[in-house]
Amino acid sequence: MLLASTGQRITGDDMNPAIENLKNLPGPDTIDRKTISNGSIILTFSNFNNQSINLVGLLENGGVVDPEDKLGLAHFTASMLSRGTEKRSFAEYHDALESRGANLVFSCGSQQTWFRGKALAEDTSLLFELAAESLRFPAFPPDYIERLRNQLLAGLAIRDQDTSEVASLLFDQTLFPGHPFSHPVDGYIETIQPITRDDLITFHQDYYTPEGLILVAAGAVDSTQIGELAEKHFGDWNNPAAIKIAVQPVPSAPSKNIRKHRYVEEKSQSDLFMGSYGPSRPSEDYLPVFLGNNILGQFGLMGRIGESVRSKSGLAYHASSSINGWADAGTWEFVAGLNPENLDKAIELIRDEIRRFINSPVSAEELNDSKSNLIGRLPLSLESNAGIANAILTIERFNLGMDYYQRYPDLMQSITAQKILDSSRKFLHPDKMVIASAGEGKNTG
Amino acid sequence: MDSNVQEHRLDNGLKIITKEMHHVPLVSQWVWYRVGSRNETSGRTGISHWVEHMQFKGTPAYPINVLDHAISRDGGVWNAMTSLDWTTYFETMPSHKIEIAISLEADRMRNSLFEEHETELERTVVISEREGNENEPLFRLEEAVQKAGFDHHPYRHQVIGELGDLRAISREDLFNYYRCHYTPDNAVIAVAGDFRESELIEKYSRLYEGFADKKGEITIPVPEDRIEMGRRIEIDGPGNTVYLQLSFRSPAANTDDFFALVVLDSLLTGPSSLAMYGGGSVSNKTSRLYQALVEKDLAASISGGVQATIDPYLYEILAILQPTQPLDKVLGILDEEIFRLHEETIPEEEIERAIKQAKALFAYSSESITNQAFWMGYSSMFADHTWFDNYLKRIEKVTPSQLAETAKKYLDQERRVVGIYRPKNNGG
Repeated sequence: MLLASTGQRITGDDMNPAIENLKNLPGPDTIDRKTISNGSIILTFSNFNNQSINLVGLLENGGVVDPEDKLGLAHFTASMLSRGTEKRSFAEYHDALESRGANLVFSCGSQQTWFRGKALAEDTSLLFELAAESLRFPAFPPDYIERLRNQLLAGLAIRDQDTSEVASLLFDQTLFPGHPFSHPVDGYIETIQPITRDDLITFHQDYYTPEGLILVAAGAVDSTQIGELAEKHFGDWNNPAAIKIAVQPVPSAPSKNIRKHRYVEEKSQSDLFMGSYGPSRPSEDYLPVFLGNNILGQFGLMGRIGESVRSKSGLAYHASSSINGWADAGTWEFVAGLNPENLDKAIELIRDEIRRFINSPVSAEELNDSKSNLIGRLPLSLESNAGIANAILTIERFNLGMDYYQRYPDLMQSITAQKILDSSRKFLHPDKMVIASAGEGKNTG
Repeated sequence: MDSNVQEHRLDNGLKIITKEMHHVPLVSQWVWYRVGSRNETSGRTGISHWVEHMQFKGTPAYPINVLDHAISRDGGVWNAMTSLDWTTYFETMPSHKIEIAISLEADRMRNSLFEEHETELERTVVISEREGNENEPLFRLEEAVQKAGFDHHPYRHQVIGELGDLRAISREDLFNYYRCHYTPDNAVIAVAGDFRESELIEKYSRLYEGFADKKGEITIPVPEDRIEMGRRIEIDGPGNTVYLQLSFRSPAANTDDFFALVVLDSLLTGPSSLAMYGGGSVSNKTSRLYQALVEKDLAASISGGVQATIDPYLYEILAILQPTQPLDKVLGILDEEIFRLHEETIPEEEIERAIKQAKALFAYSSESITNQAFWMGYSSMFADHTWFDNYLKRIEKVTPSQLAETAKKYLDQERRVVGIYRPKNNGG
């Protein structure tokens, strides 16, 4: 018989090889953690199976501190870091990177600024040198400020025509009224225009500090080399005058459904974003909700949501759900791309699935399937240097413990259907959601 | 040839390429079929891609949902892609779980149901996918330029297909197409990762040995070697962004000219990886066109790309402009820079830089087991797996005079398509 394995289930015994494999994943024995002179945390994972190195770093500043009339300032500042330094012109900077096939980019979120670099291992020192120069000694050359401004404006013009981006932004504006999270990190056309060189320099002076800096290197390098490079390039960086960013609590969750739509002309497809708050990353509800969301909108072909909206109804190419947890809050979002005629129908199907999800526990089969999925795919998500570097950054950032990925199977296995139900009920309410869409049709809300 | 790579062929024509790699407990299996939009006929555009969707709709042994749940349950990722020359299905799984993926792919090579009801549900899903694409100005421009780039070759159509065809294709059309193309002698399995090669081959042999079906009458188009005359396509639409696309005929992947064009593209618009599953990129700020256009405030961005294809396809250069930036001047500078490639000897150091960049991208894209298996199967679609092994060697062999000849042969102002997307209310 051809398909003897059809319908096989992972049993307790069957789990052993997977768990055994996880012992080889990053853990206390393989992650080197150092603190350099200025207090910055440096983590290294050596992997000599390929020739490259990935570097990822995080600083505690972002768009939350943008002034209302200059939204996008943090993002503009981060983008200028690679436009020349006090030691190198733009041309010299990029010649150094590109002639070696290396890459270094800076990006900015609401609360963090990131840098990510990739190079052949022989060029590791260059990545450190340029990352430190960019963060500590950016030149903000006037020509490049104007050039970048035009590039940012071109990007914003494209964003305004993207139904997914418009719907996502509308969702944030509605869920976080009056809070900095309601603003797009890249600002608006009218708030990018007035940003001056002085604004950029001041932002850099006020908010770029090694306090809270985490830097992770993964690849064909050893921890001694990484420690020495970090000390050399970052060890004497201090900014005692930096302003501490206060955490601003998010607004209350919606008390009823709030429906909003934005017209974007000549679009065949509308995009839908709906949902509300979810657990923060450190919350004890995070893993139960993460597992529950896998059942609801991820597992197989986009979970129960995909099954309902795509497979059974044929309404959409894409319909799924996701959670996004950060230090002090999170969101639980449901997204779909649909023909405008199917928008209302899809909203109701998703609400039906949410209702079902919080009315009764998930089945034992669903629970076991998703547990197996999330445990089993761990080696895959940690296969590449980039995946490892990001994973190590997460455990450091949220203080999950160096053995987090080795404990992960047990953590997952301990979650019950009732726990998923209890945790999900705190966040999911089919009648208390933001429902935002963009595409054809009149503006509403 | 990479010493770890082994190639096998079963009696029924199925080719299996293996690469043992034991550093992570994963196996990636890619099953490739030599069928894509290149094999489609008039009125049936998009059928290769739709068949790919139907392959997720179940067999008697793996009914719908059992199929995707089986892979996901075991911690695997899986997906499928349809392109110009090929359709591929892959699973990357923990190594002790790969058995199910092997069984599943063997099963759906010949047992997919194509139920009428599921076919109709998928019609709207595929149309929805097309509508999502249509939202993008660049899709609309590319669709128009691609059509103008060929007189008769099926490469003139988007892989997703024409809306009219997607409305008209029947269940019978889909099923017949599946039976014609999904046979062992039209397939290649590429598998990399943590397994024992002899055991794996035994499994494949056991599963596939009874598959005697031969491929049907497959449409093989006549290649179009050149664009007969320069064409200019202008479309308009909403927004506040101008897109300028230049498309030239590109050489087939298994030619020396192809590798020369990869180097030329790297010089003009920066290096790009052929890998489909990421791994890393290199920025293009020192490239000639970035320097000539973006650094002179004439364009917001510049990019380019060569695709590895069986028949000559299109090499594309894309500039994104704000409406205030001068389109005709940009076009003039693009021409000047391309003309320089015809006339001036390219300095050795620029070629060396392109080679170093290609090496770095190659290393990045070889990092994952998934990409390792991808490369072996992908290169078998237009050449064989040694194409991948020899990729860097062939790039390194490119000479300045070959670059000039290739530029003259392909980057010809009189034989290209200029595509322009202008915002409706904004002149450009």
